[in-house]
Amino acid sequence: MSSPETITAPRSARRLTIARAISEAIGQEMERDPAVLVMGEDIGKLGGVFGTTTGLLEKFGAERVRDTPISETAFIGAAVGLAASGMRPIVELMFVDFFGVCMDAIYNLAAKQSYFSGGQVTCPMVLMTSVGGGYGDAGQHSQTLYATFGHLPGLKVVIPSNAHDAKGLMLAAIRDPNPVIFMYHKALQGMGWLGTVQRSITDAPEGDYVVPLGKAAIVREGSDITLVGLGLSVHHALDAAARLEKQGHSAEVIDLRSIAPLDRETVRASVRKTGRLLVVDDDYMSYGVGAEIIASVCEAGIPLRAAPRRIAHPDIPVPFTPVMEHFVLPDADKVAAAALTILEP
Amino acid sequence: MLKNSSRLHIPEPGCRPGETPDMSHITVPPAGEVRRPAEDVDPAEIRDLAWALIRVLDDGGNPVGDWNPGLSADALEKGLRAMMLTRAYDARMVRVQRQGKTSFYMKSTGEEAVAVAAALALEYGDMCFPTYRQQGLLVARDWPLVDMMNQVYSNSRDRLKGRQMPVFYSSREAGFFSISGNLGTQYSQAVGWAMASAADSDSRIAAAWIGEGATAEGDFHHALTFASVYQAPVVLNIVNNQWAISSFSGIAGGERTTFASRGLGYGIPSLRVDGNDFLAVYAVTRWAANRARSGLGPTVIELFTYRAEGHSTSDDPSKYRPGTEAAVWPLGDPIERLKAHMIGAGLWSEDQHAALERELEEVVRAAGKESESYGTLKEGARIPASTMFDDVYKEMPPHLVEQRKQAGL
Ligand SMILES: Cc1ncc(C[n+]2csc(CCOP(=O)(O)OP(=O)(O)O)c2C)c(N)n1
Ligand SMILES: [Mg+2]
Repeated sequence: MSSPETITAPRSARRLTIARAISEAIGQEMERDPAVLVMGEDIGKLGGVFGTTTGLLEKFGAERVRDTPISETAFIGAAVGLAASGMRPIVELMFVDFFGVCMDAIYNLAAKQSYFSGGQVTCPMVLMTSVGGGYGDAGQHSQTLYATFGHLPGLKVVIPSNAHDAKGLMLAAIRDPNPVIFMYHKALQGMGWLGTVQRSITDAPEGDYVVPLGKAAIVREGSDITLVGLGLSVHHALDAAARLEKQGHSAEVIDLRSIAPLDRETVRASVRKTGRLLVVDDDYMSYGVGAEIIASVCEAGIPLRAAPRRIAHPDIPVPFTPVMEHFVLPDADKVAAAALTILEP
Repeated sequence: MLKNSSRLHIPEPGCRPGETPDMSHITVPPAGEVRRPAEDVDPAEIRDLAWALIRVLDDGGNPVGDWNPGLSADALEKGLRAMMLTRAYDARMVRVQRQGKTSFYMKSTGEEAVAVAAALALEYGDMCFPTYRQQGLLVARDWPLVDMMNQVYSNSRDRLKGRQMPVFYSSREAGFFSISGNLGTQYSQAVGWAMASAADSDSRIAAAWIGEGATAEGDFHHALTFASVYQAPVVLNIVNNQWAISSFSGIAGGERTTFASRGLGYGIPSLRVDGNDFLAVYAVTRWAANRARSGLGPTVIELFTYRAEGHSTSDDPSKYRPGTEAAVWPLGDPIERLKAHMIGAGLWSEDQHAALERELEEVVRAAGKESESYGTLKEGARIPASTMFDDVYKEMPPHLVEQRKQAGL
């Protein structure tokens, strides 16, 4: 799962959940850089509803690990102000679905600070937020909204699929001079009450390393079809690739890791090789990551052996019951089936 | 020149897990002490009530003072019954959640008076804009438990058609507005509904509830501005149950002033009430509703209470507060207090209480059995998945027709 070229510290054999990887990265960077602090709801004593700040309050105290009043507008806006004064705030939006009450602070304030100050003021902040469904929480707690954020100039947007990348991406995100939206998928987070894809629990160096923002990883090499995923959908693609192999098809799987910037070149190079493309998105279909990837390949004039396809949610809110949610969310069955329609038209 | 000594203040709760809970900072004034102003009083004359604590029931369960609503025996029994039924319902739903028959649940234990007394003080046609913790409104409005359970189970009779998470009820008939996942948003909608009602000279009013934690959200403040500017007929309740998941009320701004006093800056009459005192909640709600109905605009009410259990079934409060904290909460339990009052008044007995408890348990059990016969999240009948494409729009647009076909539904 990990991408060897990005590792600078020696590998170790630890097994980390993404939650642990995130809290470890933040803690290490707080130790290294006194300008780093964390703000959000339930991130102090509770350690974050999704475990992203476990142990940090005890280590760094309430001034640097700050529970906030329940006003996302205020703490994200405050982060923009803190960042302007040289701090490196990390804020947590508990569920990405809550962006509706605070979007102005994100897309107008954080995202445009640098541009509309003529580059005088930057906004080195990280907004980490949980995304995704599959655990029965319905359409106001299960969206990913990848494209919604990927669409906005000035924001970087990253989505790890495993603990190794989560730590390296978080360290890179905190050090980045731009606002970075760090999205972690609940189905990969490693919280006992949520259930977790085991493959997301990986080894990760204890020391300092970064996974560069905007670099995709080839997580499985193949020659017949390119499967592109991000976050949880990388795992659906990998599961599907294993099945396709049994049917005699060699699938290459790309983990985007970042959608802004988007590593179009890694995708194009792969499709030049395979001639077939299936994007596995985990967001509303229309105007999504799938469309963007397919357009990037088509615009480059890469010859395709079959029409490219995308898997995504239908354009409806994520419903609650598993019987319905099942039809909405991507899974390995759907990926394998769609891949076969491309491979064996 | 002043020496630069600015420093950050981070509110800290009085005690944490492992420590002995202490609530001595909470002053509990005697019942009956606060005057009851005329309903048409000028808000400027009652600003002090935002820092008072209106209480009717004294420690011996006697009703004292101007705010005693003088309810009939029937009304008291109805209130007691609805609070007990709410508690029994909550208890069962948590049990079935543990059995995997639903995925999630939120109790209102310890705060039943907040919703139940308000529901009985309002008219049935008044429109409620609740949070996820006012199930007592539905119970007190005699809405069928089976219907509520159908939603929690997301079964074949779920009126929300399997789409919304448990306890996010919506009932047009019961005047219970759809609950949204985003905190605080119900406040603005309540004011809008009330504005429409006023414009139509409709006698119905709106009532909204928000947690003390969520008063930090913009919507709370936006709504107060609108309610004040347009003098909308709306009762704006703030349920201060001391906790917002793991953060105590100080994080929400409760250290400097009361939540009721938030209303004063907008020129809205604002009262603070013992939220575990059924009679006080009833009386204050009635006062505010009468004002609204007679064209005197909005009222803010802070209901001072305590969240006796975890935030939800996904929460573990032992991580952030002492397990024994509920036991030292100085305002007692709303059911116990109303019961003591009724016994003291010769209207009720321990035996009757025990019998009612058994009866309600049976009522809940029977409702549970019926609802489960329509399916649960785990098994049984469900709404067909093909319906999930309905109601996104009033008429299904072509792309959804197409996507439904592609999904094989
Ligand atoms: C906009 C938004 N932010 C955060 C949350 C997550 N959240 C759900 S309930 C809750 C605590 C609310 O506390 P309070 O308002 O006091 O109500 P209580 O739960 O105590 O009844 C939080 C932070 C949310 N649902 N919506
Ligand atoms: Mg609260």
